[in-house]
Amino acid sequence: MEHKASVLENLADVRAMIKRHKRNDALFATLGLICLMLGLMTLMLLFWQLIADGHPKFNLDFLTEFPSRRAGRAGLLSAWVGSLLVMSVTFLTAVPVGVAAGLYLEEYAPKNWFTDLIEINVSNLAGVPSIIYGLLALGLFVYMLDFGQSILTAGLTLGLLILPIVIVSTREAIRAIPVSIREAAYGVGATKWQVVYDHVFKYSYGGILTGIIIGMARALGETAPIITIGALTFIAFLPPSPITTEPPFLNFEWLSSGFTVMPIQMFNWLSRPDHAFHVNAAATGALIIVVTLLMNGAAIWLRYKIRKNIKW
Amino acid sequence: MATVTTAIKAEARDLNFFYSNGARALKGISMPLYENKITALIGPSGCGKSTFLRCFNRMHDLYPGNKYQGEIVMHPDNTNVLDSGVDPIEVRMRISMVFQKPNPFPKSIYENVAYGLRVRGENNKRIMDDKVEEALKGAALWNEVKDRLHDLAFNLSGGQQQRLCIARALATDPEIMLFDEPTSALDPIATANIEELMVELRSKLTILVVTHNMQQAARVSDYTAYMYLGELIEYDDTDKIFTNPGRKETEDYITGKFG
Repeated sequence: MEHKASVLENLADVRAMIKRHKRNDALFATLGLICLMLGLMTLMLLFWQLIADGHPKFNLDFLTEFPSRRAGRAGLLSAWVGSLLVMSVTFLTAVPVGVAAGLYLEEYAPKNWFTDLIEINVSNLAGVPSIIYGLLALGLFVYMLDFGQSILTAGLTLGLLILPIVIVSTREAIRAIPVSIREAAYGVGATKWQVVYDHVFKYSYGGILTGIIIGMARALGETAPIITIGALTFIAFLPPSPITTEPPFLNFEWLSSGFTVMPIQMFNWLSRPDHAFHVNAAATGALIIVVTLLMNGAAIWLRYKIRKNIKW
Repeated sequence: MATVTTAIKAEARDLNFFYSNGARALKGISMPLYENKITALIGPSGCGKSTFLRCFNRMHDLYPGNKYQGEIVMHPDNTNVLDSGVDPIEVRMRISMVFQKPNPFPKSIYENVAYGLRVRGENNKRIMDDKVEEALKGAALWNEVKDRLHDLAFNLSGGQQQRLCIARALATDPEIMLFDEPTSALDPIATANIEELMVELRSKLTILVVTHNMQQAARVSDYTAYMYLGELIEYDDTDKIFTNPGRKETEDYITGKFG
């Protein structure tokens, strides 16, 4: 083909070529949109199905009644209280441990093959199937440490499960802080801890919080490890209240109490032959999704709110 | 101009520096910093001038594997700041630094200036207020910010942010202040302000400034050192360097034949 020098001399050819190239643009944009819709629509459809099936149970009684043999009267009370208590144990263990571990790994740990190994393993742990955590917990918490099939065991298990998520998101949040800010702090004579506490932690807690909430949302829906450690599926009582009217006003008996959580209750209802219970299961599923979406929404909002005043 | 009777505040003695990858970034540098004078470091990119500057407050200690060889002695106490027995934090309390890009903390103007004092355990509000005001005045920023001390530092303009960083470095009464290309991210007016400020600060402390801008070195400094490939090629009175350099390499660089 003869070499032609300028665009002007070959205007028609050049325009045809640009048009051809732009077709690829349109092609990919369409393909991408279809893929996105596939994922999104599936989720929406599922959610819609749950709402359609479960809507007769969208009332306050559903939240204030214990499970029952009669589907119409059965409620979620013991399950959502159980979820709440288990999540508090998870929060209280995974957050301090995960954040401290992340801060240590990022700021204090020497960089050598050993910490590299730990790094790789922490990331890998996030991908371990949750039932493996259940087996570990069964051996460690239930049998070895004799915590029983309790709220404490479940909370610790889910804590372990989300620990890698908390550690990884803590480290990512810390890494977003530019070197220049650290150097500025070291430059006026700050110690490592002063830099970590006054700056690194304070500027990254939006991101850390996001990781924590996303981890908690994941823990909320986990079923497999909880079944493995032996949660009850039919429970018509509440654990002892953590707060009492008499001094010292705190009570830790609930930690060793039997329990159930929302996904297990849902699983239980779903496995019954009586279709009336499936309505309850659908309503529970919808509730779990709503709470999870709310938590993720809160995470996004918090991150936006906290990051608003920080421009690097 | 400089006189021989001026006291030496600090001096580098046969200073070598090695990065963790083994690269030798400084080769046997010896030169003085005269008290209450401005010394400028010039030279092409990568010549080691910033590396040299960052030896003075042991900034290289923050990254593992870096190695100093030789001495930087501070007077009158004859402390070798590079000695492994000397705590780098103590050094940074005596020698403060202003960075290339303004790097205020995402905190209020007040808290930015006060941070150096907080690090030293100062909690007395009155002392702190006084010090913050004094530092902001010293950095020629007080009049612009006195009514909004508790605003976020990010709301200031680039030049104001850099003066805030100078105030932060000033608040703790350092003996030496290091400037690492302090105006490279600023417009000409802000640059002129910072240069004027440096000349004013000279009466209070000793200044070492890295600059890629030869006119700036000529305008503000009393002494100039020309570095190339990690070596100190020439050190002399600024006037002498810019009018009658002793070395051919210096002259080539200054006249723009190279660099």
